Amino acid sequence: MEPIIEFRNYTFKYRSQVEPTLRDINLTIYPGEKVLIVGPSGSGKSTIAHCINGLVPFSFPGEAQGSLTVGGKEPAKEGVFGMSKTVGTVLQDTDGQFIGLTVAEDIAFALENDCVEQEEMFARVDAVAEIVDVKKLLGNAPTELSGGQKQRVSMAGVMVDDVDILLFDEPLANLDPATGKRAISLIDEIQKKKNTTILIIEHRLEDVLYKDVDRIIVIGEGRVAADCRPEELLCGDVLEKQGIREPLYVTALKHAGCALAPETHPEHVETMELAPYAQQVRNWFEKAPLPPKEKKTEPMLEVLDLDFAYITGRPVLRDIRFKIHKGEMISVVGKNGAGKSTLSNLICGFVNPDNGAILLGGKDIAGLSIKERGEKIGLVMQNPNQMISKPMIYDEVALGLRARGVLEEQIKEKVYDTLKICGLYPFRNWPVSALSFGQKKRVTIASILALDPDILILDEPTAGQDYRHYTEIMEFLKELNEKHHITILMITHDMHLMLEYTDRAVVIADGRLLADDTPAKVLTNEEIARQAYLKKTSLYDLALRCGISDASAFAERFIHYEREVRRKCRDY
Amino acid sequence: MSRLLTYAPKDTWIHRLSGVTKLLFFLLWSVVGMLTYDTRVLLVMLLCSLVLYKTSKTEWKQVGTIFKFILLFLALNLFTIFAISPYQGTEVYGTRTDLLHLFWHYTLTKEQLFYEFNIMLKYFTVIPVVLIFIVTTNPSEFAASLNRIGISYRAGYAVAIALRYVPDVQHDFTKIKHAQEARGIEMSSKANLLTRLKNMSTIIFPLIFSSMDRIDVVSNAMELRGFGKNKKRTWYSGKPLQRNDYLSIVFVIVFCVSALVVTFYDGSRFYNPF
Repeated sequence: MEPIIEFRNYTFKYRSQVEPTLRDINLTIYPGEKVLIVGPSGSGKSTIAHCINGLVPFSFPGEAQGSLTVGGKEPAKEGVFGMSKTVGTVLQDTDGQFIGLTVAEDIAFALENDCVEQEEMFARVDAVAEIVDVKKLLGNAPTELSGGQKQRVSMAGVMVDDVDILLFDEPLANLDPATGKRAISLIDEIQKKKNTTILIIEHRLEDVLYKDVDRIIVIGEGRVAADCRPEELLCGDVLEKQGIREPLYVTALKHAGCALAPETHPEHVETMELAPYAQQVRNWFEKAPLPPKEKKTEPMLEVLDLDFAYITGRPVLRDIRFKIHKGEMISVVGKNGAGKSTLSNLICGFVNPDNGAILLGGKDIAGLSIKERGEKIGLVMQNPNQMISKPMIYDEVALGLRARGVLEEQIKEKVYDTLKICGLYPFRNWPVSALSFGQKKRVTIASILALDPDILILDEPTAGQDYRHYTEIMEFLKELNEKHHITILMITHDMHLMLEYTDRAVVIADGRLLADDTPAKVLTNEEIARQAYLKKTSLYDLALRCGISDASAFAERFIHYEREVRRKCRDY
Repeated sequence: MSRLLTYAPKDTWIHRLSGVTKLLFFLLWSVVGMLTYDTRVLLVMLLCSLVLYKTSKTEWKQVGTIFKFILLFLALNLFTIFAISPYQGTEVYGTRTDLLHLFWHYTLTKEQLFYEFNIMLKYFTVIPVVLIFIVTTNPSEFAASLNRIGISYRAGYAVAIALRYVPDVQHDFTKIKHAQEARGIEMSSKANLLTRLKNMSTIIFPLIFSSMDRIDVVSNAMELRGFGKNKKRTWYSGKPLQRNDYLSIVFVIVFCVSALVVTFYDGSRFYNPF
């Protein structure tokens, strides 16, 4: 069979960079294959996608050596327009990709540019909307859609052109776990129905593996680090070396001392052959140390029977009641649009509750303005670019203190102290623009910490980060929590985050409080997971299938073990 | 906020008209409204405007705020005319009928009142048509219309895409403003104007930077789907001109010509009852 994509000794260097981003890539992909490309941020995996769809070298100029053919064409000659008939790209940012004013117009966008007659457009848009199940939404505006729906519209928008290759750039980054699962199923259906070649670029390996893929290509430092079947990859140590997260059950099996064999098909926890490992897992479970009981401290923040609606009669939150104790690190979870952000808006005073009260250190804060609350409650937004307003790091961290009218002498001392805590002291005289995304995130955290808040609220602190940066940010927050006793509340839909780093999870579904329990218990409860659009952890299946009935205890011990391993790494 | 003065889909014959028709109607109507001071013509036009406003099923809450704003502007305009040239009406109509002496050289005359009444009428004949045009024309259909009357589709699309992202930018603005307020930067009326202006920069810069990121993504996304490939493009939401469109165009042309004929028949733009 003729390959549909072929890289031969391909090297690429961006004009703005000194070193090549891709080095000596040799890759062959055949028509109808479903291939997953993984790799840490900066490994060059997105560059591979840009080479295929022609954005490299047209939108991102640079020099290439070696050869690349896609569908018998050379992207470097065809240009972005030439490739758009062959390759359909679904971008990570579904908001940015939504160009039309309504769903139907957005799907038709490529056809309009091709001067297709209106009658034919109507028919083709209808047909493709049917496939991705957005037919009822054709007249809707993007603001009326959920993240998952927008992504399906994006898919329809590229499929309408009958492309041979569908390229997905981090399709899971902005979706809650259950919606992500649905997206992966849909991609799988499309591939089976139309036999399109599918390339998925993603670092959330476990979530993509929910449906079979033919091959996984691991990119590390611009080279192909592995190119093999998933079962082989999961049994080796390439993932760990490249800093990509393995599926949790695979890590658990490895902790238990099991040597995984490809013949046992470890791609799916539900179907893998566990007989050779079950005894070892049970032994590990019995020996594993129990996590210590948490000590109760006095409550820092109390939310009492909160009700809120933007429009009367359509409540966003109802009867929300929970407490955060001093020194705790907790997560607020739930599907996109469940009211998590509204809750943080209520706590910060951006909107006011219809009923109920919020107590901070035992005192009602209803009468306090946004600014007054801000002195005690620090809010860190998801996107650091939406917070940073000064060109220099020092000025950014000093901004809040200056607004309070603190003397410049004291500001300097405070800013330097905070920068030291955040590991940014060496950069104190740098411009913000010279920092990486993760470092910018730290700057925003530092700018809030400098104000000495009692409690820190972080909105999706790790969204869009690869495993290495995720670990870096989360370890940093853990350290703030443990060494500096800062109370932390995180709003997230990342289940790894809640499981690994938080003591407690407050689950919100359809505006109501569904659960307030340890993450291990929440994520091993099928009913809660279903209602809150979470996904029960694979540790649950592993435990049950190995004959351990108390799955949540298994998950708890595993997490405790992992934390100890990480703590040793950190202290070392 | 975001719903204010934006297109709202409804099913009336005005909504079903093509954007070209409505644009042409609105332009001609405004030109006549500006040229004529003939009270009879203006009254007929006002009546037509009100009938159109009613048939377009436009609700007060869609246009209320902007209408109040225009009223304020109108009041200011009328007052200024009187302050600067209190005898403009006398000059125009050639007679002077005093009603009331106010102070200094300001005397209220019948002619001046009638003159300013005409100006007010002019506003009221044009306002409903402008509002109807905005709230009944689908922006992408409007872009298609502009393209049809010979304007480059890139320019037409720029309008549509700006409207597409206005709510997103508004949303970002509120989010950024809140976060900065929480950091202790005062944006409310508690701070003086100068501080507030200075503090606004802490919203504007992040807003610009995050919007620039978005522009990058959007332009790549548009290019990946072939925008700008051809000299022409078709429109999913374009509407061919139909019987009602032709009827409306003929009506507005005939109406405008006759209105101008009536106005200028006696050689003056003004209708003189005195």
